[in-house]
Amino acid sequence: MDKQRKNELARIAAQIRLDIIEEVYSAHSGHPGGSLSIAEILSYLYFEAMRVDPQNPRWADRDRFVLSKGHTSPALYAVLAERGFLPKEDLPTFRSSSSYLQGHPDMKHTPGVDMTTGSLGLGISAACGMALSAKYNKKDFRVYAVCGDGEMEEGQVWEAAMFAAHYKLDNLTVFVDWNGLQIDGKITDVMNPTPIDKKFEAFGWHVQLIDAQDLDQIHEAVENARKETARPSVIVCRSTKGKGVSYMENQASWHGAAPNAEQYEQAMAELKAALAALN
Amino acid sequence: MEKIAMRDAYGKALAELGNAYDFVVMDADLSGATKTATFKKAFPDRFFDCGIAEGNMMSAAAGIASTGTPVFASSFAMFAAGRAFEQIRNSIGYPHLNVKIAATHAGITVGEDGATHQCNEDIAVMRVIPGMTVLSPADATEVFLCVKAALEMDGPVYIRLSRMASPVLFERDTHPFELGKGITLREGNDVAIAATGLMVWEALQAAETLAEKGINARVIDIHTVKPLDEELLAKAACECGAVVTAEEHSRIGGFGAAVCESLASSCPVPVVRVGINDTFGKSGKAEELMAQFGVTAAHIVAAAEKAVAMKAAK
Repeated sequence: MDKQRKNELARIAAQIRLDIIEEVYSAHSGHPGGSLSIAEILSYLYFEAMRVDPQNPRWADRDRFVLSKGHTSPALYAVLAERGFLPKEDLPTFRSSSSYLQGHPDMKHTPGVDMTTGSLGLGISAACGMALSAKYNKKDFRVYAVCGDGEMEEGQVWEAAMFAAHYKLDNLTVFVDWNGLQIDGKITDVMNPTPIDKKFEAFGWHVQLIDAQDLDQIHEAVENARKETARPSVIVCRSTKGKGVSYMENQASWHGAAPNAEQYEQAMAELKAALAALN
Repeated sequence: MEKIAMRDAYGKALAELGNAYDFVVMDADLSGATKTATFKKAFPDRFFDCGIAEGNMMSAAAGIASTGTPVFASSFAMFAAGRAFEQIRNSIGYPHLNVKIAATHAGITVGEDGATHQCNEDIAVMRVIPGMTVLSPADATEVFLCVKAALEMDGPVYIRLSRMASPVLFERDTHPFELGKGITLREGNDVAIAATGLMVWEALQAAETLAEKGINARVIDIHTVKPLDEELLAKAACECGAVVTAEEHSRIGGFGAAVCESLASSCPVPVVRVGINDTFGKSGKAEELMAQFGVTAAHIVAAAEKAVAMKAAK
């Protein structure tokens, strides 16, 4: 990936972060922490890796994306808007009763959302089903999913891990957003799901460990996953929850809370400065 | 009378319809018991065992269906509707995906395996999911017709199937089966017996006994519990003035409850519900358990007599 392209993707990630704060602030609720930590992953997937057509969101041969940690929908809506699936002006309607932008992703009413998610553990299984369907129907589309690290505590994740390895779903790439925090605190204090990488390895997956905020590493890992045959791939990403907003970074309390007016101004100032620095 | 278990009819229906319809089948390590193995044998490339992991199976089925390929997902009713309720609700029901959940071993007639495997709650929990079609066939013929109807409609379907061998009541070519429509099997105006699943046969037997006692019972087969044929039920209630419901399921929240919900605002008449009381099952022979838990023709007769008496006392 050349420097210019990388800079473009970084700018998109920065814009996604601005939109996340706009959405959560407008809704007075939502989940900013884990949305901010996956901005680079979504920027890379929707603007570099995935074969999608915003004009034809239901295109049968498109690559699929499943946000298994569905509570971070602000990040997904932001990237879908940026990519042209949704009008950007709809983002502030997030979570309102007149909006199609549900608190958690709804595939029936939101263009570009490939799977309804929100209940943890269900999305990764659905992604497995999509990948299996591609094999069965002899299609070459790929399936990407993003899970949370806290989500690894759901038993269904490991049912899915078993299933994907068993059916050799090499067209499936799962990101685990390893930001180390969940609602009740540090994942290692609440219910330790680590070592995440070694668990997937034991389940027969191709495992990579990267920095979620490093676009070069994301690029390399996704390319490696594409080359993998006969094994599903997991990319365990060390990330910073609340990345880009100083007072949200590494704070479990920002898992599911909206900023007040003053906090909003500060967040926007910081994120706008970060975006300007990339121009 | 020829007897065929609904689960056997289910496996055969899948295999028979396999060429005409594009779909895949999933099971959770019970293909020999649910009889999806019959389909597996005919179409090995279209069968996916998910192992003992029902939650993943339901969500993965949703993923497959989202790409345009319909799925039949099978397990025992306890582990489909019970264990995987939330996956069915959120992965399949909420996005209204084309997954057909065919659950065998429903009700008390599971028999010897006992209470952990006897699901008397599946109608209740499946029918409360918005947009879920709930089918409860009465015999092997209706099983085939339900499977076919499920394939021909868009959206999630729950099909409730029994383990035990039961009488074949209908002929495929002459049975007037239509999704969402009840079938009046016997005319009568003293009391209407609305039955579903295995209890349709019990209701027909009960009607014979009632006739000997001078009570002419109308017998209605309700294979589609949801959407319920409210029009037919209201007409029967108004014409007969008393209703009995019969199901091999808990009396709470199931088919009888659905009938009461409907009649309460269409044609309120006395309704007596035959079903399993608020208790867990136990091990035993299916027929013995039906007698012990109150779901036989004799219980329907007693319920009909009670309903008729309530009508007279009004």
